[in-house]
Amino acid sequence: MIEEKFDAIVVGAGMAGNAAALTLAKRGLKVLQLERGEYAGSKNVQGAILYADMLEKLVPDFREDAPLERHLVEQRFWMMDDRAHVGLHYRSDDFNEEKPNRYTIIRAQFDKWFSSKVREAGATVLCETTVTELATDAYGKVIGVRTDRYDGEVHADVVVLAEGVNGLLGTRAGLREIPKANNVALAVKEMHFLPRETIESRFNLKGDEGVVIEAAGTISRGMTGLGFIYANKECISLGIGCLVSDFEKTGETPYGLLERFKQHPSVAPMIDGSEVKEYAAHLIPEGGYKAIPQLYGDGWVVVGDAAQLNNAIHREGSNLAMTSGRIAAEAIFQVKSRREPMTKGNLALYKKMLDDSFVIKDLKKYKDMPALLHNQSQSYFLTYPQLVSKAMASFVRVDGTPKIEKEKTTLRSFVSARSWTGLFGDAFRLARAWR
Amino acid sequence: MTAEVAVRVEDKLFYNRYLVDSGRPHIKVRPHTTPTPALRTLLKACPGRCYELNDSGQVEVTVDGCLECGTCRVIGEPTGDIEWSYPRGGYGVLFKFG
Repeated sequence: MIEEKFDAIVVGAGMAGNAAALTLAKRGLKVLQLERGEYAGSKNVQGAILYADMLEKLVPDFREDAPLERHLVEQRFWMMDDRAHVGLHYRSDDFNEEKPNRYTIIRAQFDKWFSSKVREAGATVLCETTVTELATDAYGKVIGVRTDRYDGEVHADVVVLAEGVNGLLGTRAGLREIPKANNVALAVKEMHFLPRETIESRFNLKGDEGVVIEAAGTISRGMTGLGFIYANKECISLGIGCLVSDFEKTGETPYGLLERFKQHPSVAPMIDGSEVKEYAAHLIPEGGYKAIPQLYGDGWVVVGDAAQLNNAIHREGSNLAMTSGRIAAEAIFQVKSRREPMTKGNLALYKKMLDDSFVIKDLKKYKDMPALLHNQSQSYFLTYPQLVSKAMASFVRVDGTPKIEKEKTTLRSFVSARSWTGLFGDAFRLARAWR
Repeated sequence: MTAEVAVRVEDKLFYNRYLVDSGRPHIKVRPHTTPTPALRTLLKACPGRCYELNDSGQVEVTVDGCLECGTCRVIGEPTGDIEWSYPRGGYGVLFKFG
């Protein structure tokens, strides 16, 4: 395909791949980036929230021309039962700052822009090219990739696997396992278009202010999962995701969950009259720290979703992807500038640098959370939301019942649903996993 | 809310752009006489409803509306029920928004 040898081949043009390719190209390395979609972003799906800090480290002046939707001034969390929600809102005018911290974005558009920065930095970006296999030498060292193009083998000192959560190359080469059903969530999403003014009045926004809503409760029908509603400029990203192992167990359909979420009385008025323009689905890595595979070897490193680098508790993913891509590239550059080979021993530097970053520190902090939420999903996603909603309904409805009786009824409903031991156990386990 | 909601998935897929690689499906179901539990799961878990029972009671896949999420791979590849590859470069679903 291409005779010349590259310093690095980056597989994939998502957040992690673009961060890696950009960093390597800016350091003067000869980079080939391969993407199977028609353009960067055409296969990528995310909610999506962009965290400015991690992008600023790659493109300091990104606010000048990046396709950003709204900067977030408000975060809502909803605990839902079938008819109601109990909400926590945080809104602050301080987020209307000169350099906002978080934005909503539309991934296909954002990735196209990000990819243009990679090209400007000098990388060769080839789209419509599916990498089918890693090429190795007689000793098992990765020396390049094979693609579906004619005569499609191409060589490099190192391959950066940024192939996403469903990465085939790493698993085919035996470098890591296929994600397990209890370590990935399936999310489905629709894009609902409405006039700008309608979105702003429904969400209490002005100008480019934005809001995100995360929702948990009976909408996931006892499965470990989360719904989300993000306000963009002229559309709303609305979706829901649950663990694949829970879909296996319950036989629920993803589109059935999405429809019920849309019909919920708290959600339906927000999208009333909208025009849907896309239906997407994607897996999200949810296994956390314990699901992280081997991150490097002879001639290769793995970054982003492919390495399960996603913080499901804080719903941070693309920033971990960008950061791991950047750090992998910096490690490669250091090895390269010492004129040393891309061996497993030398590339261990990537792991060491990643361990020192927020990426691994955050995932380590929550290492017990995924298992807890998976094993107790009925309690945390069904029983408690129902109990809390009932308690709130009783608290706010004025009907002549003495308050002391209302409190007793509420307490009794909690104890009969979970028992005293269960309640303390749930609280204790949650607190321990949080630390 | 608890009642099942009727959803026409094919209407949802109609919103999307696809470039179908005719005659070269990227997912294949292993020939079988009766569906395994994993194959039965795919009838419901696939967000594009690409898996359906044929008249003889076997599970078939039609990849034209595939969203390339990989859910069926996670469920059906370890059991050997399906073979999964990515579509050839440029083919398959093309997200405008993603």
